[in-house]
Amino acid sequence: MADRKRALLQGNEAVVEGAIAAGMRFFSGYPITPSTEIAERCALRLPQVGGKFIQMEDEIAGMAACIGASVAGVKAMTATSGPGFSLKQENIGYAALAEVPCVVVNVQRSGPSTGLPTSPSQGDYMQARWGTHGDHPVIAISPSSVQETYFEAIRCFNLAEQYRVPVILLMDEIVGHMREGIELLDPDEVQVFNRLTKEDPEQASLPYDIVPGELVPRITPFGEGIFYNMTGLVHDNWGFPTNSPVKANRQCTRIMKKIEKNTDKIEKYEMRRMEDAEVCVVSFGGTARSVEAAIDEARQEEYKVGSFRPVTVWPFPEKAIAEIASRVRHIVVAELNYGQMKLEVERAAAGRCPVSHIGKVNGTILKPSEIFRLIREVAR
Amino acid sequence: MASKLMEKYLRLERLPHIWCAGCSNGIIMRDVAQAIDNLRLDPKNVVIVSGIGCSSRAAGYMSFNTLHTTHGRALAFATGIKMAKPWLKVIVLTGDGDATAIGGNHLIHAARRNIDLTVVVFNNSIYGMTGGQFSPTTPTGEMATTAPYGSIDPDFDIPKLAEAAGATYTARGTAYHVPQTIKLIENAIAHEGFSIVECVAACPTYYGRKNKKGDAVAMMKLQRDSAVTVKKALEMKPEELEGKIVIGELSRTTRPEYVREYEKIIERAGRVEA
Repeated sequence: MADRKRALLQGNEAVVEGAIAAGMRFFSGYPITPSTEIAERCALRLPQVGGKFIQMEDEIAGMAACIGASVAGVKAMTATSGPGFSLKQENIGYAALAEVPCVVVNVQRSGPSTGLPTSPSQGDYMQARWGTHGDHPVIAISPSSVQETYFEAIRCFNLAEQYRVPVILLMDEIVGHMREGIELLDPDEVQVFNRLTKEDPEQASLPYDIVPGELVPRITPFGEGIFYNMTGLVHDNWGFPTNSPVKANRQCTRIMKKIEKNTDKIEKYEMRRMEDAEVCVVSFGGTARSVEAAIDEARQEEYKVGSFRPVTVWPFPEKAIAEIASRVRHIVVAELNYGQMKLEVERAAAGRCPVSHIGKVNGTILKPSEIFRLIREVAR
Repeated sequence: MASKLMEKYLRLERLPHIWCAGCSNGIIMRDVAQAIDNLRLDPKNVVIVSGIGCSSRAAGYMSFNTLHTTHGRALAFATGIKMAKPWLKVIVLTGDGDATAIGGNHLIHAARRNIDLTVVVFNNSIYGMTGGQFSPTTPTGEMATTAPYGSIDPDFDIPKLAEAAGATYTARGTAYHVPQTIKLIENAIAHEGFSIVECVAACPTYYGRKNKKGDAVAMMKLQRDSAVTVKKALEMKPEELEGKIVIGELSRTTRPEYVREYEKIIERAGRVEA
């Protein structure tokens, strides 16, 4: 019988509990509102489980140390918000190219620049995908409750280890600071994926040589006696820099393909009351809570409306949206920005139905009544 | 033909290296290899971390676990590695721009923590990889592509900067003074805590040409002639030390080492189950 515990936690605290359950034993970060509680709880909790916490001198160092620990084989995380997420981007690209598993939490706050530091926003949706320079793979996950934050933190680590990519846990201030009663898993029932390595030392010394039929390299961590190089330069199978167009193409294509070809395994979304829906409201993260309330209200007034909520926000669930777009009359996208996910929804809907948007950039949440108003308008 | 040392510690298949003729980087890389050999370190417990720039390419030529990171951030990556596996000897190879301009913040904070890392700064007083721009160690008045009328920027004294920030071992060598520099790097690696060895390097291609310092041989002779030992420097007046390179062990002290201190935190937090 699993020994589950109940706890009243903030989203920011639940991340840490999920991460520890998934095997995180290193955290490096820098204080920033509204994500600071993550660093605080890591400082408290990690040494209790034999892990380590370090407060670095800046956001860039927080990301770099996180990658360093992972290169040495320890599951690592960093957490930040708005300005800090911008600062971490170069090293997120390093993790993507060198294929170092790590988890980066971004508790979104209003921007641009210092913006509204204590206010919610979902303005980093596109940055989570394209924040670092160059084409690169990334996975981003956006939870909408404290319980889901706990479970998704575990999944973030598993995906990072499995695909050897930086995984962005794209939270927002709403979920980060919201307190809810949640259930914590018994450590024995947590499903944990650990990165694969090669058994043969000779093969292992070719870190980026891919096992036939696989797309993700099996790299032995540093300090195990397998000598190789790791670099942020485009590299060959040995991990050495190369200018060869053939090798560059092979590497840069494979790192994109490893996500593209596994999209169905990475994707996760939730649909509610879509059976008879004529209007579908698409939202993610904390905004989805307002959407559910709006739909309750709308259903009471007999509007046929349902919801679609991507949990994995990158890669974007385009097939699911295409299918919905072909059977509803209208899609509404609700998000705390000027229309970032809307661009993805439009692309996936490809004109099959009209797409409307309701957003907000004044540091307050979308109210259910505001969403309902738009539902009523488009359902007419 | 490669020497036994080269065969043991270099990835010969990666050679020839990218450095220009007359560059000091190869000499300093060899000094690092010799220091590792003299200390009889088990190569599987050695990690080399570097940033971006000419000198940072040294990591890729050395046969260990080597991590070539982003510009300026080698020390922050190295901090993560050291925290993750404290038994590893983590050596950071970096340049003057990498360590003290873009990476200056990481340098002072790694020094402040006294984390057990060894930094070898290949100081050629110029940005070589990008073609000869002035760095934080280019002497005031010298020429660079971004200082076409002479640099007005004052320059850093790297060991002094590191010492003030909290480094517990600081030293300076030059590419010319090979045996002395090997010993300094050896001492730095053996020292528990944050250690740094500045290695004065010649860049005849950019710094030398821009500043009419002559060819590589002339620049090496200049290192020989400008160098004074720490002991001798103590007897010299400040005006006599103008333009001199003070070589040797500059400071050594003992302070609690960061990762060991963290181990105490783990003890104090008392392992409770997750």
